[in-house]
Amino acid sequence: MSYTFTLDGKVIPFADGQTIIQAASAAGVFIPHLCYHPEFKPHGSCKLCTVRVNGRHTASCTMRASAGMVVESETEEINAERRALTQMLFVEGNHFCPSCEQSGNCQLQATAYHLGMMSPHYDHFFPNRPVDASHPEVLLEFNRCILCSLCVRASRDVDGKNVFALSGRGIKTHLIVNAKSGAAGRYGLRAG
Amino acid sequence: MTEKKKLKVATTSLAGCFGCHMSFLDIDERLFTLLEHIEFDRSPLTDIKTCSPDCDIGIIEGGLCNAENVHVLREFRKNCKILIAMGACAINGGLPAQRNHLPLTTILEEVYHTSPGLANGMIPNDPELPLPLNQVHPIHEVVKIDYFMPGCPPSGRRNLEGADRSVGRQGARTRAWPDAL
Repeated sequence: MSYTFTLDGKVIPFADGQTIIQAASAAGVFIPHLCYHPEFKPHGSCKLCTVRVNGRHTASCTMRASAGMVVESETEEINAERRALTQMLFVEGNHFCPSCEQSGNCQLQATAYHLGMMSPHYDHFFPNRPVDASHPEVLLEFNRCILCSLCVRASRDVDGKNVFALSGRGIKTHLIVNAKSGAAGRYGLRAG
Repeated sequence: MTEKKKLKVATTSLAGCFGCHMSFLDIDERLFTLLEHIEFDRSPLTDIKTCSPDCDIGIIEGGLCNAENVHVLREFRKNCKILIAMGACAINGGLPAQRNHLPLTTILEEVYHTSPGLANGMIPNDPELPLPLNQVHPIHEVVKIDYFMPGCPPSGRRNLEGADRSVGRQGARTRAWPDAL
């Protein structure tokens, strides 16, 4: 038995247990997202994948699909909210695309393009975030960190090493390394 | 038939590298067609030093790194009906803003006193020099910006398209801009 829901009027089939974003992705429909990755458990924190389900806002990476749902994603209202969230991420960190080695291969940048972000809109924080270059193979570039927690989940759920965690709350949330000194080089972290 | 009034365009480079202006010049010979519709007011291209009070469009390259930048930006806002932020530095501070996590004193000390090869260095203190700001700021943090043209630099073509869109509401006389491409 196959079930379906509609996404912006398009009929999307889904299997039991699939989330909205998983079903949409399988059907070739893109929903903007940053903290969601198909290989890892959803985190539901970036809110970029927010959609309207039967008139209520919810994160499509955590919401299970159910038959007959009416889901809206590409609406002017939702995309304006996604754009505002992306702008906030840009001003909270230090994202200088023209001088960043990830430029052209960066999901944050691609999302900004996708949403038609033309300016940061908000005042920049220009936070002081020293990089952690203590490890011979891995460089932790905190200036670019958007706290998506993908590294936390990859290390905890796949590698079983628990190298990273998010610490603090609200605007003070930051990435920490599981080592007494807090430096990546002290963990004995190996790349590859 | 009377000649249509040309749009008055002022441009400036604040804390930028003039790359955006070079990119603007990349429209090459199409500049001649464009000049049938616009005239340059204050701009590095004309060397006019102050804005006329009736400029239609002001194009700002670069962010704000010193007091003079702020002064010039305010002059543009006061005299231009439409203000356009051109390029990454005007929009988010860009490369110059990468000094923002360092104290200004540390930077001046390093550049003028402690860099290798410097002898008897001194921090420039001529009263004519504008004072640097503690941090480099994007221009929308100081005045209202009507349009943003991202890019490092935005291409010459993008320059024309962006400017055209921004003045589109002023009527058909600007329609020739994309045609000029």
